[in-house]
Amino acid sequence: MLGLVLVLLISVLAIIGPLLYPVDPFEIIWAPMSAPGTTERALLGTDYLGRDILAGLLVGAKSTLIVGLTAAALTVIIGLVIGALAGFYLGMIDEILMRVTEFFQVLPPLLFAMVLVTMLSPSLWVVAVSIGVVSWPPTARLARAEFLRIRNLEYVTASRASGVRQGYIIWRVILPNALPPLIVSATLTIGTAILFEAGLSFLGLSDPNVMSWGLMIGSGREYMLDAWWIVTLPGVMIFLAVLGVSLVGDGLNDAFNPKLRRR
Amino acid sequence: MGLIWLIGKRLLYAVVLITAVLVLNFSLLHLAPGDPADAIAGEMGGATAELLAEIRALYGLDKPFLVQLGLYLQRAYQGDLGMSFYYNLPVVDLILQRLPATILLVITALIFATVGGTALGVLAARKPGGFTSSMVTLLSLVGYAAPIFWTGLMLIILFGVVIPFFPISGLYNVAKMATGLSLAVDIAHHLVLPSFTLGVVYLALYSRLTRASMLEVMQADYIRTARAKGARERTVYLRHALRNAILPVVTMAGLQFGSLISGAVLVETVFNWPGLGTLVFESVIARDYPTVLGVLFFSATLVIAANLFTDLVYRMIDPRIRLRD
Repeated sequence: MLGLVLVLLISVLAIIGPLLYPVDPFEIIWAPMSAPGTTERALLGTDYLGRDILAGLLVGAKSTLIVGLTAAALTVIIGLVIGALAGFYLGMIDEILMRVTEFFQVLPPLLFAMVLVTMLSPSLWVVAVSIGVVSWPPTARLARAEFLRIRNLEYVTASRASGVRQGYIIWRVILPNALPPLIVSATLTIGTAILFEAGLSFLGLSDPNVMSWGLMIGSGREYMLDAWWIVTLPGVMIFLAVLGVSLVGDGLNDAFNPKLRRR
Repeated sequence: MGLIWLIGKRLLYAVVLITAVLVLNFSLLHLAPGDPADAIAGEMGGATAELLAEIRALYGLDKPFLVQLGLYLQRAYQGDLGMSFYYNLPVVDLILQRLPATILLVITALIFATVGGTALGVLAARKPGGFTSSMVTLLSLVGYAAPIFWTGLMLIILFGVVIPFFPISGLYNVAKMATGLSLAVDIAHHLVLPSFTLGVVYLALYSRLTRASMLEVMQADYIRTARAKGARERTVYLRHALRNAILPVVTMAGLQFGSLISGAVLVETVFNWPGLGTLVFESVIARDYPTVLGVLFFSATLVIAANLFTDLVYRMIDPRIRLRD
């Protein structure tokens, strides 16, 4: 419940926040490093240049969520397709796809994403795609395991016997039955993608012209010993967003597996 | 006999994986914006067209892609990953300088996470609804959701401003000019915050994992048998249950080694820890591609080594795996 509330709250903030509070997060509006609550011009204080923290948090919510959701969607699509094909066809296809998956798992994800973003240009799209490219292997493994489990059940054999096309069996017969664990993992993937995006923009590897929570922390960190709020507040937002998403994931898991709930 | 055969097979596969990483590295280097010959010429202070052609011939840049790849692999196997434009040093030397600090950080964090996590998990499993149990659930949620670099920064504010108890930056205090034992103590002192920051995320996860798998294992028949034959409760928990319950933790720790290294990149950047993470950060900013890719290669090799090690640990803990092959 708390998770759902957090997720809804942050989504609403991201969508209507900038409309209700139309302040440019890059504009210098007040004295630098004013503490929260000391001026009416900036309720949550200003950063090291005198930019409004509240405006940054609201605009940052949008870019962080957009990148997080896009990256998570890509992760799930790549992982699902690879895992489904490997688990359904087995044999040579499985062998090749699983070797590719193992290869990707050997590369430390954040490092690999850093390399991709550096080689391409740091735009929101590149960041989202890079996160997707480095984080799909666990999803692929999960999808493969589910397909392996389901592919020999009676109803699949029955649809095979009735001469249905293979594509139909994969996407319309097996996939719907494999969905519950995949939905839980997709939810958690959103949280991981948000953390990834925050990490990359903290390192200065995202679009410098788009305000995001990670960017606020990364650019404000030199001043944090004098002005704690510059790095603390965006971090709290990331924390709440990821916490909300992972609570929703836990809730879905409990809903799909009532027997496990007591643990 | 079986073990040696198995290790040989795994090592061969490791070599294949390492080669695949090198091929990826080379392709990325090839795709990188900018002409390497220009970069080298730039280092030498500008160049004429003839000199550029000469540089291309010298480094084999005029040859077809596959020939260049072959040369690159050959050099890499001989321990040459190219020169860093930015530091003007061989990439391998640069990495070997920074590697010990990263290994120290990662191993300390890993030990802290696995030992602490299992201990907490076992304690929590003794009373599923109790205080420790709720704390473990809470800790695992918080540990997952808090961005690791932010946790580090918060600890710096706490221990740099509020209670200055631990050093917040670097590997050791240069001004102290300590040697021997006092240097080791100084490094250990500096290691506390970074390794705690990196480890606590995984500690949270492993304690939850241990708790869940202990609760499951405690239902097993052999636990009832052990109790029935009069084993002490401590023996039941530690000898009979934990040995089985720890397997998922070992699997997870092995699988997550890559993500541990990713976390180390952020933690090192936050605490100015002079390891591979700060190296890759500096070279990303400087667009020093050979160094960036060199670090990617070394980290991938570390992950491969960790996977081999995990396999061995797994066989030590679980005799059933030994019997199977």
